[in-house]
Formats: sequence, structure tokens, C-alpha cells
Amino acid sequence: MFDLTGKCALVTGASGGIGGEIAKTLHAAGAVVGLSGTRVEPLEALAAELGDRAFVLPCNLSDADAVSGLVKQAVEAMGSVDILVNNAGITRDNLFMRMSDEEWQSVIDVNLTATFKLCKSALRGMMKARWGRIINISSVVGATGNPGQGNYAASKAGVIGMSKSLAYEVASRGITVNAVAPGFITTAMTDKLTDEQKSGILTQVPAGRMGDASEIAAAVLYLASPEAAYVTGSTLHVNGGMAMF
Amino acid sequence: MSDVADRVKKIVVEHLGVEEEKVTENASFIDDLGADSLDTVELVMAFEEEFGIEIPDDAAETIQTFGDAVKFIKEAS
Repeated sequence: MFDLTGKCALVTGASGGIGGEIAKTLHAAGAVVGLSGTRVEPLEALAAELGDRAFVLPCNLSDADAVSGLVKQAVEAMGSVDILVNNAGITRDNLFMRMSDEEWQSVIDVNLTATFKLCKSALRGMMKARWGRIINISSVVGATGNPGQGNYAASKAGVIGMSKSLAYEVASRGITVNAVAPGFITTAMTDKLTDEQKSGILTQVPAGRMGDASEIAAAVLYLASPEAAYVTGSTLHVNGGMAMF
Repeated sequence: MSDVADRVKKIVVEHLGVEEEKVTENASFIDDLGADSLDTVELVMAFEEEFGIEIPDDAAETIQTFGDAVKFIKEAS
């Protein structure tokens, strides 16, 4: 089950904890993977660990020109982009009353606008191939909101609405578009939280623990697989029961 | 009929699965040839590849009929 042999997957934010795990999981299922991210060093380390079928494609998603070139680069390296995982994301938390236009815009640019552009440019090849999988990483916060994250929550809710709209448009072409919404996952980002903060968060998680990046990667693998051909426009919540929909 | 028109017609016939006789100068892709809006996007993509040209989004929207497509491509290439 879930065999991705012969498929080429582009994963953004692959230098981060969740993105790296997604790339590893798709690779283990047989896919060729394009590892995109801003930090080249971890990308190269990951590519070296994976060995064959891995390409490093550095890209800063806050640079609009670089975003437009990324899919082209990926196609040149891998031959096609059959699976696109928009995982890259940033936070610039601040109280709403204190949030600057720049804090708002930079988060929207990377989390939402870059996702839009990458979807758009990857679609061309998918339409021709009559097969494609787009998986956009949203967040539980996109559905529930979170104090201090007005910009982030807006971008992640935007990703869900955008994915659904696109899912309507391209379903007849064998292309599915879905979102995965992680809850609290152990990553470098959450390692910075104090024990007190962590236990505060865990009181809201029925599963009583943080999630692991591999649990997000497994959800992505399912949605990327041929078996998930009839699943489109959905949001898969992976959050230990923290919010149920 | 010019070479461009022949090549455009071939793409339209293949993509939309219509009979060649139906692809006339004033035949509208959507109203006469049964295309949906996404088909027109795909046709434009196919024209771009066949003729090695770039058709910007605002120009693509003006290409409604077979004749429009031939005219645009002749001017662009």
C-alpha cells in the first residue's frame, strides 16, 4: 500500500522538522523528492541521508521571483512534479493591537501567497499528466484561532479555503488538493517552549502528549498515494483530539 | 488553410474530441465545441507548447473561438 515509485514530490520547508520527515516518508515510499528550503546545509544533510532520488532545491519563499522559478527548477531536476507539499511556513506572533503591517504581510506572503503560486505553477504539468496530488499544510490554529497569531491563523485558514476552491476546479483532471492541519507537534519551534507552557498546552490535548512529525508525514503520505484518489478538498486534522471537526 | 490553422485545429480536435468539420472560423470553444472553462485553459497551454510562445492570462481570456486562436498565434509567432 502507498507505493509512490515513479512519482516526483516537491516538499517546501524540508529543512524543518515536519518538512524533513515528510520528505523522508515520501522517499521511503519510493518517490523522487525535491527538498526545498531556505537553509542549504540541513537540506544537503538530508539529501545525503536519503541517497538516491533526492535533490536539493534551495528557495526563499519570501522572494517572489524565487517562488516562480522553484517548480521549473524542480521539473528540471526530477523530470516532473507529481506531488506538491506546501509545508513551509513562518510565524511572526504579536498581539493584534501591536501587530505591524510588515508582520502581517510577511506571514501572508510566505504561508499563503507562496502556496498559491507554487500550486499554480505545478498544476500545468499535473493537468497534462491527468494525475497530481497537492497537499497544503495548514494548522489547527487556522480552524480555531489563537491569541497572538492573527496573521498566522488567517494564513492557515486561507490555505484551507484556497485548497477547497482549487480542489473543485481540478478534480475532473485526476488532481486532488487536500490540507493537513497539525496540532502541537514536537519540533525545534516547540522545543523553545518552557515546561510550564508545554504542560499548559497538553491540558487541551485529549491524547495527553505532543504529536510527532512522523504522524504528520503519515497523513501526507496517505493523501499523496494513489489510494487517496477519491479524497479531495478535505482537511485532515492531526492533533490528538485537541480540536474535533 | 494555413499551416498554423491546421496545427491549431489538430490540437482542438484531439483535446475536445470533436469532429474536424465542426472546428470552423467562428466556432466558440465553449458554446459550440463543448469545452468547459478548464478545457480552454488547457487548450491555451497546448498552443503555447506547440508554437513555443507565451500567451499571457489577459490575452488568453480573449481567445474564445478557433479563429481567435489562429489569429493570436499568427501575430505572436
